[in-house]
Amino acid sequence: MRIVFEKRERVSHTVRVLVPVISLVFALVFGAVLLLFSGVSPGAAYAAMARGAFGSSRALAETFVKAIPLMLTGLAVAVAFRMLFWNIGAEGQLAMGGLTAAGVALFASEGLPSWSVLPITILAGTLAGALWAAIPAALRAYLGVNEVITTLMMNYVAILLVSHMYHGPWRDPAGYGFPGTARLPETAWLPRLYGRAHLGLFFAVVAAVVLWFVLQRTKWGFELRIVGENPEAARYIGIDIPRLMLVAMLVSGGLAGLAGVCEVTGVMRRLQQGLTVGHGYTAIIVAWLAQLNPWAVLLVGFLLAGLLVGGDQIQMAMGLPAAVGLVLQGALLFPMLGGALFTEYRLRIVRTATEDFRTPEETGLEEAGS
Amino acid sequence: MLFLAEGIVGQKMTVGESQEPLLRMVGITKRFPGVVANDHVDLELYQGEVLALLGENGAGKSTLMNVLNGLYRADEGSIYVRGERVGIRSPRDAYELGIGMVHQNFMLVETMTVAENVVLGLRDLSFRLDLGGVKRRLQELGEQYGLKVDPDAYIWQLSVGEQQRVEILKLLYRDVDVLILDEPTAVLTPQEVDDLVEVLRRVIGDGKAAVFITHKLREVMKFADRVTVLRDGKNVATRLTRETSPDALARLMVGREVLFRVEKTACEPGDAVLEVDSLRALDDKGLPALRGVSLTVRAGEIVGIAGVAGNGQRELAEVITGLRQAMGGEVYVSQERMTNCRPLRAIRSGVAHIPEDRIGMGLVGDMSVAENLALKAYRDSAFSRGPVLHPEGMRRFAEELIDGFAIVTPRAETRVKFLSGGNLQKTILARELTACEGLLVAVHPTRGLDVGATEAVRAQLLEERDRGTAVLLISEDLDELLEVADRIAVMFEGQIVGTRKTDDAGRDEIGLMMAGDGMEKEGMAT
Repeated sequence: MRIVFEKRERVSHTVRVLVPVISLVFALVFGAVLLLFSGVSPGAAYAAMARGAFGSSRALAETFVKAIPLMLTGLAVAVAFRMLFWNIGAEGQLAMGGLTAAGVALFASEGLPSWSVLPITILAGTLAGALWAAIPAALRAYLGVNEVITTLMMNYVAILLVSHMYHGPWRDPAGYGFPGTARLPETAWLPRLYGRAHLGLFFAVVAAVVLWFVLQRTKWGFELRIVGENPEAARYIGIDIPRLMLVAMLVSGGLAGLAGVCEVTGVMRRLQQGLTVGHGYTAIIVAWLAQLNPWAVLLVGFLLAGLLVGGDQIQMAMGLPAAVGLVLQGALLFPMLGGALFTEYRLRIVRTATEDFRTPEETGLEEAGS
Repeated sequence: MLFLAEGIVGQKMTVGESQEPLLRMVGITKRFPGVVANDHVDLELYQGEVLALLGENGAGKSTLMNVLNGLYRADEGSIYVRGERVGIRSPRDAYELGIGMVHQNFMLVETMTVAENVVLGLRDLSFRLDLGGVKRRLQELGEQYGLKVDPDAYIWQLSVGEQQRVEILKLLYRDVDVLILDEPTAVLTPQEVDDLVEVLRRVIGDGKAAVFITHKLREVMKFADRVTVLRDGKNVATRLTRETSPDALARLMVGREVLFRVEKTACEPGDAVLEVDSLRALDDKGLPALRGVSLTVRAGEIVGIAGVAGNGQRELAEVITGLRQAMGGEVYVSQERMTNCRPLRAIRSGVAHIPEDRIGMGLVGDMSVAENLALKAYRDSAFSRGPVLHPEGMRRFAEELIDGFAIVTPRAETRVKFLSGGNLQKTILARELTACEGLLVAVHPTRGLDVGATEAVRAQLLEERDRGTAVLLISEDLDELLEVADRIAVMFEGQIVGTRKTDDAGRDEIGLMMAGDGMEKEGMAT
């Protein structure tokens, strides 16, 4: 007897739903073991986590605050991944979006009619993210430069540029030397819905709806799917892949930029430390778990935000060292990601050829004539 | 029953009458998810014979041989070598039992020499490699069996035929008694095939035995002493070749009567549609693939390109369809200059292309049959309003084509990768013929298809021709070209070495041209 690992012939709906559920159960058990080692009751810890993330309207609002950038960057990454463009640069695109939004709101909003400040700020930040993404896209599309490297490297540039701006030229002179810009003018504030949860949630939902429609029902989405499934076939049927790549990356970068705009205008309301905390990287996990489906990105983004917020909460509620929260988050994510493998593959137990076949005397080769 | 008229095996065995079989496979069953590739298959091989393993694609020939070679493990059944039951778990086990295989795509390291490739993977090498000894032994073997190859040549310098010789030498160096050859002739010119027959004769004369896998009847008659026919993973019959005929074998292989000839009327060529003038282009490695190719295809005519794979045929098709850059020369389609146009422009001017690589290029496996049928037409207004696609129009279009081309699929929404090879090709054909206005470039359109599907595709090509389309047909199958094409141009090393009207063309003459018109090729190897 041996166990073989083989590709499923077809992926049924049941499998698609069941695999993540089982993975989650497995993740919770795995996490429970870790918690037991830390001397904490897993039940109590999970309860605290759930309470911290979803237990009250306040908690829920905080979870949404965390979810919005994950949703937006998750969508951004998903669009790019659909056509096999490995955009690791959502973090940098988000940073450039935030930086530009802050710059416009702080230094260019004077004299503008007050109703127009916020839309212009949003537009500028989104555009900045798009343009930042367009650089590696053009390099890849026309010169074949590997986008994994360029998008990743450009993250460092963007992150350090942001840091430089609020430490240096843009530092608030009245800020007692703390790093950070002055507060944005109120005309540039993104309205809040409840607690700190802001209008960005609406942007994320609209973006998901539009993306779903575009991917499923338009020529452009059709072409994007073809490129993603089989680039050779796309070339063969005459799709202009470089152009499509550029456009897809403008959309991707724009969405990530919008995430940055929302963080700056909706949550922090100034440019300061804490803009680039890794949403753009977590977005890769979000997009992957969501199998690049826009609706699923919203759901996964929300749940993952809950995991992050709840994980932070148990540190305080259970008096655990900060590291345990992080370890727990990792322990929960790991089976979820690993489990995804089983949507495409399965384990099968086969009986090896044993001693039960016919002896040559019994069979002979009598098939031909007689 | 259909096949009882032929001679009965076992009564008059030439080689194996009283002899113990060298190799015996009994009741071999191998299942893959969803299919039984081998269903209680038996096979016997005697010393000093060449056995053909005949069957259509998917009949289970390669699976059976991969079981024998240790690449697959059978779910049921047993293997006996010289009467002794053996377990073969890897190709290394197979070697130790004296069984070796030449795969369809060779397992050679291009950047190493012949001698290095031969010793690659040997276990009992001394720490210091004695390549001199290896080379001497290779020379001996080469002379003994008529397999001349320079041991110091790098693999990439060798022609495909020579690489095959290296693969055979590899087996002989390991003292293999049973040679398995998987479709060995697919890459050879007719003359090289003759050489291979000669080599095999010498090999089996030495007390060894060979099995070769094929679906070509002519080769069975030429090569083999006996033939075992598989169909749908099961034994159908075993025959002595001298007591059977190609027709009888075809019936056994397909399970019904087979028409070998498609009806073909004389062609009435019209104006030139495709004009190619001293075209030059590079292959994927950046080496010259086309060195000044000129040719004309007229409306209502099929021009066949004959040649051994890798002599520039693929590149020619790609340059014409805009998928590859030309480095020089011109391409005109219906008097319009199309040199280095984008693929979309070629499509828009009515150039259809049946690509060599069906799954890799011609289709998107994970998309539905309907979507694959619309891969080119989705740009039309019938399928979209502005940028928004119109799924209903797409579905109706698909259903028409599925009906019209008899594509066998559960539904139009079925993912195309679940269709059989023949239906994959019909899907491409349906799409391309619908989009075709003027020129059709077909590359190996029947490769790997079963006899029924092959007939259908050839009939469709002729029908398209009679409709006034200019057809450029690239094929490795000389029989196909002789049957379907009106003129045959032979390509060798990126050039067209000659063009003949099919009616005047002799198989031997074309075969010689495929080898470079008798250009001395031995010189390269020795």
